[in-house]
Order: sequence, then structure tokens, then C-alpha cells
Amino acid sequence: MSSATGQKPVDEAPVTQDLAREFGLTAEEYGNVLSIMGRTPSLTELGIFSVMWSEHCSYKSSRVWLRTLPTTAPWVIHGPGENAGVVDIGQGLAAIFKMESHNHPSFIEPYQGAATGVGGILRDVFTMGARPVANLNALRFGSPENPQTRRIVDGVVRGIGGYGNCVGVPTVGGEINFHPAYDGNPLVNAMTVGIARQDRIFLSAAAGIGNPVVYVGSKTGRDGIHGATMSSSEFDEDALAKRPTVQVGDPFVEKLLIEACLELMATDAIVAIQDMGAAGLTSSSVEMAGKGGVGIDLDLDAVPQRERGMTAYEMMLSESQERMLIVIHPDRTELARAIFEKWELDFAIIGHLTDTGHIVVRHQGRVEADIPLDPLADQAPLYRRPTAPSPEPAPLGPITDPVGIEQALIRLIGCPDLASRAWVWNQYDSTVGGQTVKRPGAADAAIVKVEGTSLGLALTTDCTPRYCRADARQGGAQAVAEAWRNIVATGARPLAVTDNLNFGSPEKPEVMGQFVAAIEGMGEACRALDFPVVSGNVSLYNETRAPDGSSVSILPTPAIGGLGVLDDVNRAIGLAMPDEGTLVLVGATRGELGQSLWLREIHGREDGAPPAIDLAAERRNGDFVRQQIEGGHILACHDVSDGGILVALAEMAMAGEAGCILSAPQSGMRPEAFWFGEDQSRYVVAVRDAEAFTLAATAAGVETRVLGQVGGDGLTLPSGATISKARLKAVNSAFFPALMDD
Amino acid sequence: MKAGIVVFPGTNRERDMAIALRVVTGREPVMIWHGETDLPDLDLVVLPGGFSYGDYLRCGAMAAHAPIMPAIRRFAEAGGHILGVCNGFQILTEAGLLPGALLRNGALRFLSQDCHLRVERNDTPFTRRWNAGDVFRAPMAHGDGNYIADDATIRELEDSGRIAFRYSRPDGRVDEGDRQTNPNGSVKAIAGVLSANLRICGMMPHPEDLVDPLMGGEDGKPLFEGLVEALVR
Repeated sequence: MSSATGQKPVDEAPVTQDLAREFGLTAEEYGNVLSIMGRTPSLTELGIFSVMWSEHCSYKSSRVWLRTLPTTAPWVIHGPGENAGVVDIGQGLAAIFKMESHNHPSFIEPYQGAATGVGGILRDVFTMGARPVANLNALRFGSPENPQTRRIVDGVVRGIGGYGNCVGVPTVGGEINFHPAYDGNPLVNAMTVGIARQDRIFLSAAAGIGNPVVYVGSKTGRDGIHGATMSSSEFDEDALAKRPTVQVGDPFVEKLLIEACLELMATDAIVAIQDMGAAGLTSSSVEMAGKGGVGIDLDLDAVPQRERGMTAYEMMLSESQERMLIVIHPDRTELARAIFEKWELDFAIIGHLTDTGHIVVRHQGRVEADIPLDPLADQAPLYRRPTAPSPEPAPLGPITDPVGIEQALIRLIGCPDLASRAWVWNQYDSTVGGQTVKRPGAADAAIVKVEGTSLGLALTTDCTPRYCRADARQGGAQAVAEAWRNIVATGARPLAVTDNLNFGSPEKPEVMGQFVAAIEGMGEACRALDFPVVSGNVSLYNETRAPDGSSVSILPTPAIGGLGVLDDVNRAIGLAMPDEGTLVLVGATRGELGQSLWLREIHGREDGAPPAIDLAAERRNGDFVRQQIEGGHILACHDVSDGGILVALAEMAMAGEAGCILSAPQSGMRPEAFWFGEDQSRYVVAVRDAEAFTLAATAAGVETRVLGQVGGDGLTLPSGATISKARLKAVNSAFFPALMDD
Repeated sequence: MKAGIVVFPGTNRERDMAIALRVVTGREPVMIWHGETDLPDLDLVVLPGGFSYGDYLRCGAMAAHAPIMPAIRRFAEAGGHILGVCNGFQILTEAGLLPGALLRNGALRFLSQDCHLRVERNDTPFTRRWNAGDVFRAPMAHGDGNYIADDATIRELEDSGRIAFRYSRPDGRVDEGDRQTNPNGSVKAIAGVLSANLRICGMMPHPEDLVDPLMGGEDGKPLFEGLVEALVR
């Protein structure tokens, strides 16, 4: 804590251009501050400008590009701009969802970094009136050989579980990759999905001059001060010394806050509500007043405080967790107070709305800040940073198979990116709530029933960063398409996505080039699949310092969180091999091994072009599969992704009771290219009537190929060799326990 | 059967329990706030799962001193039936209504997975729908489920038949030392215990989360059906 370090309190520093630079403002940005204020700002004012204009809060490098993404559809109720995206799922209900990163804190202090990431995204969802019903998380860790990786995996998994399990929201899905590019900068992207009545959705725009502004939740402490600016700059050797800027979460208080807010939301007391996330009291008050076109006066003496002697600067910048700001109807304050007192949470009127158009912050009889809100928002920096195109990936030349099909499969299903995640999932409560229809690993997307209805939600997160590095445009499109495909494979209708765009420093033209290309690719796929972006988050400056002093960017990682709906959740299907049936491949195979896991695991190479993606074929194949599931013709379905067809079959066998007996691969193609190629837009399905299925496919213009029959106790290859299920499972489940020494 | 579910701050499986009771009884259970000091007229009190008071201090320790607890104690003394699941089991041991304690899982990690439970006797209201020796599946989701008691207590529980459920293999074999079979390391693989009058049952796994084929099965349903049979008026 700053008061305990013996250093001169930052409070006493005079505001200068040097201090502004320390706070992350450029000379030009500070010049704008001076012209808006017409005077030298106070320290608190400088703090407010610096966090509101940070990359994290202002999206100054990404905004111009984010605007190009499609965000509308007839079923979209609220797109980007609110705390989370809102879509119509039928029966008068809405799904509210968003994904958000907590990357930098999770490197510094993995448990609290991940835990507060979960807490923050939960608040973004319940602040809109939704009861959270599912959590997912997309995680990227460094190389398993890196000695730091184990510490980070352990802390992140414990943190996600520790928070999610306690608040009682099931963690139902997600993804994990390992790659040396994340060695000094893991990615923790947390997604929450909630359900609300469409006529009871709460927004953040403040209204009603004179209306009281209410603070509820935990008390304010000195934790997390300047967290937003920390995540807006590159990491350096001193990163670990920044531990005091990581916030500490209290999931018990969050649980009480959820219940108290939902109880209040059942009344007519609330005008507007927003959680205090990054930049805490500053961003919530500035954004609520700004959106409503009103002014706001705050009296910091009324803020519930955990520590003594906090300054205005510290209170405005604190990122203490589990706090909300509410604009309330004045004649309902006592009703609201009673609800929060029942839940033993702090409740304080800390200000009111004004007609001044300014935010005015008072503390101990002094005006500590007085800033006009319009220019604070309108004149926020906006950069069209230089971009450099990435080099075209050279096509993969001729390549040999040094190990054979059987050995390659064994190596693939045991590798870090494909090994069983059970060790991780088993630390997350996936059943609390009693609505989890498909738990992690049971289907391509998690299925959660909407309590009291026939509806089901299909939820997934997807991204293949190695494709994105080779070709960010293809990779961006592929991430969206894979999320869409995973939802389709359960029988659900894909509705919309949330995106979490994790990239390196935007000040590097090649990183900006990746960012722009990925957004282009995402936009193309979203348009082709009617799968708009309704919420999201950008995390830039994901860089680490190499020993030689150079700065190394992470793989471009535009993680996509997809949501779909089943009108009748009883029709959802999983990926487990059924007891009978014929296995049919849907979609065309050219045998694309560029950037494949086979290439990486067998040859140690990460090169070539990623598999091409034909969005028209994607749509055609997926619409066909979904119709066949709706018609009850498909027993099990699994998309073909990392590792290709044979890995998909092995995963189906391991999840089910039966094995399969495979026919010869497609002629005119090397066997390894057929079995391990990662061609897009494909599914493996098990059907009872293969003839009817393939006829229907032909009529729909969809290519199919019979792969074999369900049967036996393992994977029987065309050579006649059988890999037993026991062996598959033993290899598949070895990695995590070995890494974590458990 | 009139059932009431006690809600403490941090309880989070009360909705699951309400669904299970509704499915089996056809009636809506009453939710009882921890701050109450009296119980309504009930046949069954349920202490559901969750993290009452954030599991701070010790799981269940603070809830055991909640304002509602004296009323629950009176209900027990009058021969009332009480089911405590997961955190509810922890609260019952902290309140002294059941013997023993629940320690941190042996592997020191939260465990969320299906386990198999062997029914040790079937002449109780909680187990009458099964046969002794039957095995059923139930999800477990806890960080502190490692049952322990002193040797004399364990002997007394075994001698008087107050062990309701043990963790077992699907075929019913019990192996206390095997982490696959007895995941949290409980002594004698004990998963659930009974009071001396057989009217209070505490267990760590969640039968309430397996009462619907859509969610993976109905293995937990017999427990609630048995209670309805025994307690219907």
C-alpha cells in the first residue's frame, strides 16, 4: 500500500508534463487536457483523464476498426456500447453476455488476477438485470517447459474455480492452449452468460437531474490503483513489483451483491446502474453521466472506505472489487437501503445528478476535480496507428510422414493442446444451478437449460492463434467460423458473439497490421454467418521483454465467445460415440497440413498457410447439419478442428462407450493429409441411416464421405490395427497431472 | 410433504434443491431466511450447498451460529427430519447435530466430478427407496469434503449403523485408499452419516443435481421419493 512504503505520497506531486507522462499520457494528450481545462489540472483531475484516456478505457487504438464489425441482426437487442451484449432468445427472454480479459494481472498474481477477472465479467452481466447462468474461459499459457507455466496454470485455475464456485455460477466450458509466445504474458479471458426478461433490462445512462447516486457493495481501499493504465502498457522486468496494483476479489460479497441487485431490480427503484470495473468510481460515474448527457456531483466523504486517510485521487482511481454505482428514484432510496442492509452490504448516497455537464468531485470541503464531461469523452484520443502487412505465409512444400498414422495419433492426443482438460474442469463446479445439460467435454458447445422453459443455450469459446499468426485475416474468420460450427454441432441456432481481442503493442505496425486483418476476417465471417458481434473487449500491449531486451508480442489471439439457442433443449446432441451407426464426414477434404498440429507435433514446424476457409461452404454445411439434427437424424456430432478427422474420431470414442472401424481414406491423397489435415467447415457425424443422410446432403449441395462404422473397443484403422480406448485414454489424460505433479 | 430450505448468505444450491423437491413432491418448498428465529410447520428442513459466509473462518462455522439455528435445533430435538447436503452437512457437523468434521480434500483441490455412492442401509427415510448395497451416481462439488472423526466416534457410527453412504466403485467395492474411488480421502470412505434417531442425514455429494434425465440421469431421485413416502401426512 502506498502509505506504507515510506515513499512520498503521490498526492503531493505537482502536476507537470513529466507526471502526465508517468500516468501514461503523451505530450499531445496532455496538451489537450490543458486546453480542455484552461488551467493546470489537479492531481485527481489528471488521474481521471489518464485512466479515461488509457487504451483500456478509451480503446484509442482499436475504436476506428471495431466500428467496422457487424453488430446488428433482428434478434440483437443491445449491441456494443452497453455493459454486455443482449440478444432475444425467445419466450420474452434475453441472453446477456460478454467476454473480458484479465491478462496482465494474471501474470503478476495468477490467483487474484483470474478470480477478479471472473468477478468483473459477472458484474458486467448482472448489472444489466440478468441472473448469471454460465461462465466460460479462454486461457493461453506459456510453454509447458517454462518453469513459470506451472505456477501460472495452478493459480489461474484455482482463481477461476475459487471465485466461480463460490458465487454459484457453473463454469461450463472454454479452451486452453500452450505456446512459448505466452511465456511472459498468459491470456485469461473470462466470459459470463446471464438470462433476463426482455422487459427488465437495465442500462447505464443516467437520467433525472437531482436524482441520488448510490454506492453499494464492498468498501473502497487502495487496491488496484492504476490497474487500467498498467494493462495499457508493455510489461517489463518490474512487472512483478507491480503486485500491489492487482485487486483482491471476494466472491462471497459478489454473491451477496448479485442477490441484492436482482432483488432491487425486481422493483422500480433503478434509473441506471453500472458496475465499478476498470478505473472504478471514475469510469462508472463519468460513463453513466456522459451517456445520459447530465452532470454528476460526488461527495467522497460519503464513500464507504476500508482504509483511513484515503485521498480523492486514491478513491477515484481505486479498483476495489464488488462495487456498483446506481442512479435511483429519490422516493425509493429507503426501499433500496433496506435490501442492501438485509444482504449486509454497504449502501451510501455519494452524490446526485446535475445539469452542469461537469463531473465535480468534493472531498473534505474541497473541490478536488471539476471536469466538463463532453470533451472528456469527445476529445478522447483516437488513433489510426500505422499498420504493416504480415508476410504471406509460404505454402507448405512436400512433406513426409516419418512416424505413421497410429504413432502420430498417439502423439497428437497426448500433446498439451489436445490432452484431456479433465484435471482443469474437475476444479470448476459445472453443475451448480441444476441446469447443465452438457458438461465440459460432452459436446462441442456447453449446453445450459434456461430454467423453467424448454430453451437451451449453446456456449463456446474459440480461437486458433497459430492460424492467426500465419494469416490474421484467415485466422480471424476461422475463429468466428469455429465458434459457429461448435454451436451448430449441438443442434443449436447460432445467434451472436462476444470477442476478446488479445494482441501485442499497437505501436508496432506489424501488430496493428495483424489487428486490422483479424478484424477484417472476423467481420467477413460474422456477415456470412449472420453472427454479429454484440459485445467485446480489447487487450493490447501483450508483450514480454526477451533477455536481449527486445519486446516479444503474443500470438494474435482474437478469442470468440459464441452463443446459440435451442428452442427445445431436449434435442441437443453431444459428441460421444453412440452404440451403433455409421460415421460420416460432412464437408470437403483437401488435406491441408499447413499450420496443423500434426506438422507441429510430428515435425516440430509451425509454417505453411493455415487452412483456407470458404464461408459459403461453411454456411451450407452447417445449415445442413443443424437441420439434420433438428430432424432427429444425427446421433452424435463433432466438428473437425485441431488434429483433423482422426483426432475427432478418437475424441468421440473416448467420450462414448463404443469405438469405430474405419474405411480406407480418400484416394489421391496422402493418408496423413486425409487423417490429420485441418480443412475447415467439416463435421464427423454418427447416423443410423447413412444412405438417407448422404442423399439429403447431395440434395443440399453438401459433400459427404462415409468414414466407417461404429463398433469395437477402440479405433480400428484401415490397416486393421486397433488402438484400444484404454490406451487412448491413458495417453490423453497424462499431460495435466504430469505437468502439475498431481 | 412440506419442505423448507434454509438460505444463508452465500448459500448457492438452494435453487437446485428447490427444483428436486418440486419434481418429486409437486409442491413448492418454503425458503427460510437465516435471520428468522422460527420455522414454519414443516416435515423436512433442508440445509443446501454453497459457501455460507464465504467459507470464511471454517466451512459452516459461522452459519452454525445463525439466528435460525436454535429453531433448527428445537426442530431436531422434537424429532424433525433434516437433510444437509455439502455445505449443509458441514453446518450440521459444526452445529453438533451430526458427529465428525469435513476437512480440506486430500488432494488439496476443489473436486467437481461424478462419484458413486453405496447405500449402507435402507431402513431410513433417506434411503428406503434403495436396497442396502445399491450404488448410485451423484455429482460432487466441494473443496472440503474429507470426512473425519476420532476413532471412537467412527467405531460408534459403524457399530450403530449410522453411516448412510460410502464412496465406492460402480460395482459397490469400497477402497478407502484409492483416490479414484474415494476422491476426497474421507476416513472409511464415508460420504454421508445419520443421527442416532436416523432422522438427520448429512452428505457431501449432490443428489439434487441428478433428478432429470436431461441433466444426465435420475440417480438422485430415490432419496427424495423416499422422504416423500416416509414423511407424507
